[in-house]
Amino acid sequence: MIDLRDLYQEVILDHSRNPRNAGRLTEPSGTAKGHNPLCGDLITLDVLVEDGVIRDVSFDARGCAISVATASIMSDMLKDKTLEEAHDLFRRFQKMLTGPDAEAEGLDKLEVLAGVREFPMRVKCATLPFHTLRAALDNEPGTVQTE
Amino acid sequence: MNAPAGQNPEILAARDDFPLLARPMNGRPLAFLDSAASAQKPRAVLDGLRDFYESEYANVHRGVYLLSAQATDRYEAARETVRRFLNAGRPEEIVFTRGATEAINLVAETLGRSGRLEPDDEIVLTVLEHHSNIVPWQLMRDATGVRIRAAAADQDGNVDVEAVFREVTDRTKLIAFSHVSNTTGTVLPAREICHRARERGILTLVDGCQAVPHAAVDVADLACDFYTFSGHKLYGPSGIGALYGRLDLLTSLPPWQGGGSMIEEVTFERTTYAPPPARYEAGTPNIAGAVGLAAAIDYVQRFGSENIQRHESAVLKYGVDRLQAVDGVRLIGTPRHRAGSISFVMDDVHPHDVGTVLDREGVAVRVGHHCAQPAMRHFDVPATIRASLGIYTHASDFDALVEGLGKVKELFQL
Ligand SMILES: Cc1ncc(COP(=O)(O)O)c(C=O)c1O
Repeated sequence: MIDLRDLYQEVILDHSRNPRNAGRLTEPSGTAKGHNPLCGDLITLDVLVEDGVIRDVSFDARGCAISVATASIMSDMLKDKTLEEAHDLFRRFQKMLTGPDAEAEGLDKLEVLAGVREFPMRVKCATLPFHTLRAALDNEPGTVQTE
Repeated sequence: MNAPAGQNPEILAARDDFPLLARPMNGRPLAFLDSAASAQKPRAVLDGLRDFYESEYANVHRGVYLLSAQATDRYEAARETVRRFLNAGRPEEIVFTRGATEAINLVAETLGRSGRLEPDDEIVLTVLEHHSNIVPWQLMRDATGVRIRAAAADQDGNVDVEAVFREVTDRTKLIAFSHVSNTTGTVLPAREICHRARERGILTLVDGCQAVPHAAVDVADLACDFYTFSGHKLYGPSGIGALYGRLDLLTSLPPWQGGGSMIEEVTFERTTYAPPPARYEAGTPNIAGAVGLAAAIDYVQRFGSENIQRHESAVLKYGVDRLQAVDGVRLIGTPRHRAGSISFVMDDVHPHDVGTVLDREGVAVRVGHHCAQPAMRHFDVPATIRASLGIYTHASDFDALVEGLGKVKELFQL
């Protein structure tokens, strides 16, 4: 059984308390809201995409340590990534959390969230920011729900 | 802290009647503090179900053979057990449902179709309601044009009679409220609300889900028109519950679902309906569920509702005191009268994270909005941690909870 300290690592606690890129963009190209009805996590995420490249990401999150830390680390990693690279990152992240083995290749700083896979009830907390990102990139109206 | 005074030795021993509670959880003894979501089952219920299936099971109200007659007797005896449990006047006033949710939908839908309500009539709820006592009324509102008003709670989570009647107007046709809140544990002044409503000719529906496991209920004394509860929160099986409805109402409301058992005569031109309770029990009912529910009621009644109430109050007060003494814990709701549940939040740690840590410590609590989002909004929190007790809960379960909160603080460096 993995230790809770592997889930709530220092880096995660730090990102959840001092989320990077917190706030809103003044002129986003896409915005989306995400909601996890099970625990009430709410996130509003803005993106600025120019020529197929993510120039800026900002978010407002009210939620658990896992979802806020994921949003924070994710937002840090997205700048100057192409849309294809962003989607690829989500695929890899999902694979790390729910795939047959904890493959963390190419996940860089998001790798600290690998422990979440041991807590199936919490996987949705970690994927909520990514689902919201995908909706923001598509500029989908409405709210993304995790269930 | 010292063990709480006023505990009942017989009830303290009840824990041994619940096999599941002996199961270790994540390598720790299980401290099950989520009975408000669903209670564990005593051997008396498990054995009762098994015996029934092994020796007396058949469909009810159908066959002429002995077995069917026996099963029917057991099913109807279960109805009588519920009648006595609620002190209803007649067994016809007890309708078996899938649970409280189904019962409230039944009343809302049939009332909506009854012609008794006009657009601009009003229904009063409270902000503490479970979604199952909100959404069925909204569905009915959309069909009838009635208005819904919600009585406020104060900052401590009390809902006073005055707060309810502030929302009452000449157009109010029904007040629907929970006897005990599943979030704050608030005991509402049900008797006063129902009596005042009756004087003004307003119908009442009381959601008793969180009340019946903790105290004696007497629908005659309450003077309510409808009362409902779910069996699974009362140590019975899931998928069974009961609706009490005043006989003249059940007789005059239209049928709900159509099907077998609820009819008198069917032709393609016209069908006549059976009198209550059959009128509201279309199709093969949850026969064993009713038998299991009766076994659960028999089980709790052996201890006596008054004894359970006294004992649980002592344990619950111990829990409240212990939680209030923890630095960084803030209770959500400190009502004057409380039963069953304690909600709280921790500074700087989200309830969901608290729940994960507690689980590792063998402590099962519910975290989230408890199907009461308006109540969350009232207290301005996205979610809470809820510890709730049952007849088998010991003071030591709250000790384990408080110890677990210590682990939370350690892990989050608070
Ligand atoms: C106060 C209250 N009302 C209604 C319900 C709904 O009960 P059920 O889901 O068994 O129909 C619950 C259970 O969560 C409850 O606590």
